[in-house]
Amino acid sequence: MGREQYQLELQELKNQMTSVVELVKKNIRDSIRFLGNRDMKGAGLVIESDEQVNHKCWDIEEHCIRLIATQQPVAGDLRFIFSVLQITNEVERIGDYAKGIARISRKIGAEPLIKPLIDIPRMGDIAVGMLEDALRAFSEGDSEAAREIPTRDIQIDILYRQVHRELLTFVMERPTNMEQCMLLDWVAHNLERVGDRVINICERVIFTGTGEVVDFN
Amino acid sequence: MEQVRLTTRDYSLFYGEFRALNGISLSIPANRITAFIGPSGCGKSTLLRSFNRMNELIPGVRTEGTVLLDDGDIFKEDVVNLRKRVGMVFQRPNPFPKSIFDNVTYGPRVHGVRNRSKLAAIAEESLTRAALWDEVKDQLHKSAMALSGGQQQRLCIARAIAVSPEVILMDEPASALDPVATIKIEELMNTLKEKYTIVIVTHNMQQAARVSDFTAFLLTDENRAGNMVEFGPTNRIFTSPSDRRTEDYITGRFG
Repeated sequence: MGREQYQLELQELKNQMTSVVELVKKNIRDSIRFLGNRDMKGAGLVIESDEQVNHKCWDIEEHCIRLIATQQPVAGDLRFIFSVLQITNEVERIGDYAKGIARISRKIGAEPLIKPLIDIPRMGDIAVGMLEDALRAFSEGDSEAAREIPTRDIQIDILYRQVHRELLTFVMERPTNMEQCMLLDWVAHNLERVGDRVINICERVIFTGTGEVVDFN
Repeated sequence: MEQVRLTTRDYSLFYGEFRALNGISLSIPANRITAFIGPSGCGKSTLLRSFNRMNELIPGVRTEGTVLLDDGDIFKEDVVNLRKRVGMVFQRPNPFPKSIFDNVTYGPRVHGVRNRSKLAAIAEESLTRAALWDEVKDQLHKSAMALSGGQQQRLCIARAIAVSPEVILMDEPASALDPVATIKIEELMNTLKEKYTIVIVTHNMQQAARVSDFTAFLLTDENRAGNMVEFGPTNRIFTSPSDRRTEDYITGRFG
C-alpha cells in the first residue's frame, strides 16, 4: 500500500460525507415531526441547522479540490472524488428540502392542521431510508445495492399522488382549506424530490464503482 | 479502425538466459502518441528499443516472435535503413560536440545528401518542426553544447526528424528538463504526431496522461519478465482501467 496519507484523506472524505448525510437525515425527520406537532421553535432550529449543512458541504468541496490539485487522482480515485462532489451537491439540495418543509411549517403558523399527518411521514421515512442506504452503498462501493434502491422511489411517488388527491378533496369540501392544502402539497412535493435526488446519488455510486453512466429517471 | 504503424506478436526478448520481455502483442497506431508506463525494470525501455533494434548492441540478446513496421519484418530490414525510418530521442539530450547546423544535417549527410542548399533547407525545416528555429536561426554555426538543456533536447528531436523518419521513439525525453522545457517538448510532440508516429517511455504518469493517445501498462511477473498488462486509449486507462493491477499502479498504490 503506497501513498498512505492520500488513502487517509480519501477515507476522511467518506467520514465528512457520512457526517453531513447524518445531519440532513435528522433535518428531514425533524422538519416533518415539527410540522406534525406544530413546533415553531423546532422548525426554526431546522432552518438554522441548514447553514451547518451548507458549511459541511463547502468543506467537502474544498477538500476535493485540494486533493485534485495536489494528488492528481486518476482512475477509481478520480471517479470517487468526482462522485463525492456530485453527491455532496445532491445532499446539499436535500438539506434545502428539509429547510423548505420547516419554512412551510412556520407559514402555517399557529393554525391547527386540517388533518393528522399520515402519508407525509411515510414518504419521509422511505426517503430517509433510501438516503441512508445510498450512502452506505457509496461507502462500501456496493453498485448492486445502488441499482436496487431507486426501485423504492415508486412508493414515494404513489404516496405523493395519494396525498395530492386527498388534499384536493379537502379543498373541494371547504375552499377555506385551500391555503394550508397548497402548503402541505408542497411539503409532499419536497419529499418526492428527495427521492429523486437519492436516485441521482445511486447513479453516482454505480459510476464510482464501474465507470458506467446510468440514468434511472 | 486506426491505421497501425508498429506491431509486435508474441514478442519476447532475452538477455542471455534472462527473459526480459514475455510474449508482448500490441499494435501501435500511426500518427498517434503511444506511452509505455510501468514500474522500473518492467521492460518498457527494452520494448521501446526493440523497434529500431537498439538492443542488438547488447551482447547476448536474443528475441522470439515478430515485430513489424507497417507490414515488414524489422529483423529482415537493413538496420541502418530501419534506424532512418525509426528515429530515437534519449533521456538526456546528447547533441554531438559540433555546431547546431552539423548536428541537424548529420543524418542526411550519412545518408548521402551533399548539396549545401539542400542541407540548409533540411536544417531549417527540421529545426522549425522541432520549434527551435526562431531561437537559433542566427547562430546555426555556434556549438550545440552552448544551448540550454531544453534547447538541446529539441535539437536532438530536430536531428531525428532530419532523416524523415516514420516513427520517433522517445525514452523519457523530458526527465532531465525543467517544467517549462518539459511543457515545450510535450507541446512539440503534439504537433509532431501529425507527421510521425511517436512512442514514448515515461516514468511521469501525468505526462503519459497529458500527451499520449494510447497507453500500454507493463509489469514484471514472478520471474521478473516484463508482461503487457493492459493497452488502450489513454482516456480510458486513466479513468476506468480494466485491470486491477493497472488501477493500483496509476493510483499509486504500488510501484
